Amino acid sequence: MADKLSRSRVRSAWVFLAPTLIVLALVAAWPLLRTIWYGFTDTSLLEMEKSKWVGLDNYTGKGGLLHNKEWWQAVRNTLWFTLLTVSIETVLGTIIALVLHRSFPGRGLVRAAVLIPWAIPTIVSARMWSWMLNDQFGIINHMLLGLGIIDTPKAWTADLAMTSIVLVDVWKTTPFMSLLILAALQMLPKECYEAAQIDGVHPVKVFFRVTLPLIRPALMVAVIFRALDAVRVFDLVYVLTTGTKDMATMSIYARQQLIDFNDVGYGSAASTLLFFIVALLTILYIFVGRVKLGDK
Amino acid sequence: MTAGTAIKKGLFFLLVVAIVLYAVFPFYYAILSSLKTGSELFRVDYFPLAWNFDNYVSVFKQNPFATNILNSVLVAFFTVVLSLFLGVTAAYALARVRFRGRGLLLLTILGVSMFPQVAVLSGMFQLIRTLGLHNSLPALVLSYMIFTLPFTVWVLTTFMRDLPKELEEAAILDGASPWKILTRVFLPLMWPAMVTTGLLAFIAAWNEFLFALTFTLTNDKRTVPVGIALMSGASSHELPWGNIMAASVVVTLPLVALVLVFQRRIVSGLTAGAVKG
Repeated sequence: MADKLSRSRVRSAWVFLAPTLIVLALVAAWPLLRTIWYGFTDTSLLEMEKSKWVGLDNYTGKGGLLHNKEWWQAVRNTLWFTLLTVSIETVLGTIIALVLHRSFPGRGLVRAAVLIPWAIPTIVSARMWSWMLNDQFGIINHMLLGLGIIDTPKAWTADLAMTSIVLVDVWKTTPFMSLLILAALQMLPKECYEAAQIDGVHPVKVFFRVTLPLIRPALMVAVIFRALDAVRVFDLVYVLTTGTKDMATMSIYARQQLIDFNDVGYGSAASTLLFFIVALLTILYIFVGRVKLGDK
Repeated sequence: MTAGTAIKKGLFFLLVVAIVLYAVFPFYYAILSSLKTGSELFRVDYFPLAWNFDNYVSVFKQNPFATNILNSVLVAFFTVVLSLFLGVTAAYALARVRFRGRGLLLLTILGVSMFPQVAVLSGMFQLIRTLGLHNSLPALVLSYMIFTLPFTVWVLTTFMRDLPKELEEAAILDGASPWKILTRVFLPLMWPAMVTTGLLAFIAAWNEFLFALTFTLTNDKRTVPVGIALMSGASSHELPWGNIMAASVVVTLPLVALVLVFQRRIVSGLTAGAVKG
């Protein structure tokens, strides 16, 4: 009886799962396989039905990605961007999380204010910042000139494209980071601090000796989570540095080949390489995060 | 209070002020700029001098901005409805029924949420063309499932797994069908989690850019982010900054309101999606 019941439950479980699995197969598995397949062909966007198999030409061929300077530049830009943003965001996020962890009047409001950059669409924040960073009329140049930090206006989004992108990304995603770290801080046992406080240990020492080791697992997960996001950066670069070719990231490069140059084969190959980088990071994430799977 | 603690308190207060300024100032400056016209726009001010709403009028007149907003609302709404419906049914199966391969399935779904959008771009483009959905709003709703659905399933599964077993035992003994158990027993308890995931899915769909840019062609099908990104003036050196700032404020205000109202829910949803996993 019980056996029959559980078997019918399992059957209905699959019925319940079916719509989701079908949709995911349609919008994730199929397009991914299709993209990987396109990467081995010379398909053009104008005639997507006509594809000729070219093997590894898009990767290792004469003009293949691995021999393409522009692509390597995009890889370097992406990795550099990821390294810079994630490390700055981790440090800033930790500081903000530590501040929000203390109780003080108006903490709820401060937390809401910190969430605002996260809620603003990336496109909008890119536009807002490109106005602030405008070389002639921007407030950033105005401020820095007024403070005597720079003596001539800087062309932020052209000559200093990487700095600008990092600046805006840090502004936009540090809130997310600090919330993750705050959540980790709030789960820590209070006794550790109290013991340290009684012993009169300096707060900075408490942070590095007690707090940091305790939140390190959560911090690692947050770092990898952010890195995954940073590696696929697209919107910000697309809007903020329109025209500066040498600031392309891997996503920008792949889309450019695909859509602007109609080269579905080559663009798909570039997408596929990005996918494998992200897949590696994801495996790392699952491994580090030791995901709870439900079966104990 | 000694002088030392007073100084410490003062420094802490300054730090808090600095954080708030850093977070809020760009949005404040966008509002400020959106209220200036003509040559005023090109002078740097830190405080509003006049309240001029001309930019708000002209952004709606010169662009199909109202259509873009409507498109964004429709796409985000249907994305939320579809991913919540699919997510709740799938979460019930994943959270409440033991079967072989459940862990692997959950892991696969979590893996999908990490897909870079560019990685599926050409395949998705071909799929949408085959389905005859190119340059239409359903194309966006369908493609957005790739990032809203895994997240929704994941958070709802974690939530449902923690509900007590006794809840459904009585219903099972009464011979209620799984569909009845889901809709009558669990759904009434699921609202908090559904509001959270729904909000996050809404924000994700509202902000999405790459698919919207690639799968739509004409202005009457574009969503707000694409509309704002493609706003341009007579030449690339004369961007209509006043209009762009006004448009930015218009699309951001509802989000800021949502964040202020649902702050706690959003925070718990975000951390559940990333850390709790």
